[in-house]
Amino acid sequence: MENLVLQALSGLASASSLFLVASGLTVIFGVSRIVNFAHGSFYMLGAYLAWTFVTTLPRGHLGFWGGVLAAALLVGLIGVVVEVLLLRRIYRAPELFQLLATFGVVLIVQDLALLTWGAQDLLGPRAPGLRGGTEIFGMRFPDYELFLIGVGPVVLGLLVLLFRYTRWGTLVRAATQDREMVGALGVNQRMLFTSVFFLGAFLAGLGGALQLPRESVNLHMDLAIIAEAFVVVVVGGLGSLTGAALAALLIGELHAFGILVLPKITLVLVFLVMAVVLVVRPHGLMGKATGPAHGGAGGAEPVIGPAPRPLVHLGIAALVAALVLPPFAGDYALSVLTEIAIFILFAASLHLIMGPGGMASFGHAAYFGLGAYGAALAAKWLAAPMELGLAIAPFAAGLFGLIFGWFCVRLSGVYSAMLTLAFAQIAWSVTFQWVEVTGGDNGILGVWPEPWAAPKLVYYYLTLALCLGATLLLRRIIHAPFGYALRAQRDSALRAEAIGIDAFRIRWLAFALAAVMAGIAGGLFAYAKGSVFPTFLGIPRSVDALLMVLLGGVQTLSGPIIGALAFTGLQEQLVRITDLWRLILGLVIVALVLFFPQGLAGAARARWEARRGDA
Amino acid sequence: MATLEVDKLRKSFGGVQAVRDVSFAVAPGEMLALIGPNGAGKSTCFNMLNGQLRPDAGWVRLNGQDITGLAPRKVWRMGVGRTFQITATFGSMTVLENVQMALLSHRRRLGQLWTPVARADRAPAEALLARLDMADQAARPCGILAYGDLKRVELAIALANDPKLLLMDEPTAGMAPQERVGLMALTASIARERGIAVLFTEHDMDVVFGHADRILVLDRGALIAEGPPAEVRADPRVREVYLGAGFSGGHPGSRDPVRGSVARPKSVQGGH
Repeated sequence: MENLVLQALSGLASASSLFLVASGLTVIFGVSRIVNFAHGSFYMLGAYLAWTFVTTLPRGHLGFWGGVLAAALLVGLIGVVVEVLLLRRIYRAPELFQLLATFGVVLIVQDLALLTWGAQDLLGPRAPGLRGGTEIFGMRFPDYELFLIGVGPVVLGLLVLLFRYTRWGTLVRAATQDREMVGALGVNQRMLFTSVFFLGAFLAGLGGALQLPRESVNLHMDLAIIAEAFVVVVVGGLGSLTGAALAALLIGELHAFGILVLPKITLVLVFLVMAVVLVVRPHGLMGKATGPAHGGAGGAEPVIGPAPRPLVHLGIAALVAALVLPPFAGDYALSVLTEIAIFILFAASLHLIMGPGGMASFGHAAYFGLGAYGAALAAKWLAAPMELGLAIAPFAAGLFGLIFGWFCVRLSGVYSAMLTLAFAQIAWSVTFQWVEVTGGDNGILGVWPEPWAAPKLVYYYLTLALCLGATLLLRRIIHAPFGYALRAQRDSALRAEAIGIDAFRIRWLAFALAAVMAGIAGGLFAYAKGSVFPTFLGIPRSVDALLMVLLGGVQTLSGPIIGALAFTGLQEQLVRITDLWRLILGLVIVALVLFFPQGLAGAARARWEARRGDA
Repeated sequence: MATLEVDKLRKSFGGVQAVRDVSFAVAPGEMLALIGPNGAGKSTCFNMLNGQLRPDAGWVRLNGQDITGLAPRKVWRMGVGRTFQITATFGSMTVLENVQMALLSHRRRLGQLWTPVARADRAPAEALLARLDMADQAARPCGILAYGDLKRVELAIALANDPKLLLMDEPTAGMAPQERVGLMALTASIARERGIAVLFTEHDMDVVFGHADRILVLDRGALIAEGPPAEVRADPRVREVYLGAGFSGGHPGSRDPVRGSVARPKSVQGGH
């Protein structure tokens, strides 16, 4: 009993911290409609800056609390810089490009933090005046945790007062409901957006800074917190403050008690709750429908036509090069080429649901990883040969694609994307936590090809044949009635339904088909690497796939292919020549979003069409 | 036998009875207009016929078969074509492809993964477009089409499943006057040649009185008049709805059904 009370209290403390971060995220989303991946980076910066201030300022109350507050304010200003330099320019861009841009910020901040504070974990001092503990039911409970429990409600109260009783707050609430109308009423939107960003970043920074006495500061804080903050915001309902508070409470307590009951699957529990909430209440606990979300590339999509002649020639040239040159390449080059072929299929599979399907997926790596794990588990537990493993991979991925997809494709826009993220995190945490079967963090080793396929050159050709075949099949499907039906439900749900198209079934099958294709890629990747790890299913790999598709452009299938080539090539080179590859990649992403909002292929196409129009 | 039979259809939203016990029938080849002032319940009625709304009570029968409350896509499968007040077409496809999609869906071939659309049902789609004088637009994307042409594309799509019934919600809204007459004359001739029953709502009284075989007048959710244009024109209750207390002048440009002229405030005669 006493134990349960303490557990509940510690759940409250986590809920408080979670709420600080999530409230900022939800306020920013409410007004700007931007899903801010960089919010986790604000949180991490808050923690790092607080460490710097607190350890350099004189010890004592002023040094500590002043340092924490200064860190939060500084993060708020950093948020303003990000908004003014980057986000302000892309408010009209499609959602996914905004997401991509904020992920670019994540990468930049990661490397800047590494440069500034180094790779080792940093431990901060404990809070003055709150070092001790209080006796509760005969057990000591840290005072600082009690303090945190109080912070959440106080911040919630202040925010509610701010939004309800100030002119600024009224404007923010109005903008959350109808941005255009607020603009039409002559409100200076720029100032409003910038100030909201300041507030949101400030809250994230405060949340991070207050973690200083609780846990060590490290470079993984950003992605760890952002996944949870997304869950809280989505469960609460995007843009809803009270929803975020409620959801933070739910998730915090779930964590606290989940550890007692089912220590192995706490992560699964969190994301499972999210999945259930979203299925029962598609807009979260307190959320409202946000109007039609613009998927894919936004605006009118172009007609699918035959590829322009130069592109056909280029494609043939690339194919000939891919067939003829490898025998003269070294082992390293062959590995890179094999990977490129795999990622082309991976990106093409995501493109099917994002382009023609008009759905967004933040968790496509799940199916890539499930394919890889399907093959690896078959090899480990059934001693299956490579041929069987490669056959099992798409089945495993496709099966989960059917199950997860059934939930995901019912929702729309950001919520659907978040649910894909949730399922991907469930799959990831199973591979990560179910150590007996999957080997946990150590992965599964010794997944090698059969002797005939062991030479790098042979395996490369095998991969090329399978990936090329699957990608061409996807192309064929996009041009077939099924692919058209998929685009039909994207273009006009009303008209599609009115001519007998079952949009749910089409989307569902497309989702599963994309999973199957990603599974093939994953299986090939497992044998190429000789091992599988939970990172195959992680958020960064899902973002890789998004990057490839969006950098290339969603509008044509050549987009993801070009994107996969560009991304894999770029990343491979960057990793080789510099330690700061994240920084450079992040800058490249931000530049691409700012200057090529249609992606590389889209820009090339627009150029080509403009030139043809002149002639 | 009538193609469409509607029997005591009823729908409420909260405390408002949007449609009250509406009953009527449409015969094959007949052009039936459903008119009434804004808020009379036309759209609600329409949306219950094609399945977008489920009625609280009443029946909808198509050729004697009950289709009440079926989902729109199932209603379509039973042979009901639909055009929308605000056109809904597939903007990323050409005019021809839009019609092909409807034909492919009608033949249940949308699950096909192999044969390219470019080679599927091309001839019948082209024939349909030719019938609607749209052959020269076939290769243009719907996303860049003029509004009047989009209305024709919608009609072509609606005709693709060989419908027994055509539901047209404000078929000429947003079109130029000459275009309106052309589209409605075309619709009427196709309906007669194929024996299709057509039910349409419309604000333009020239279109209604020029092209409808029969007119239904709806006011505050209830049917107040029904009959051939001349009869409806002379009906005192219709006069009152359009000219008396019920006429709010909410849509400038809507025509006085009695005199066929634009209703101006000064022509509105107070009911009291």
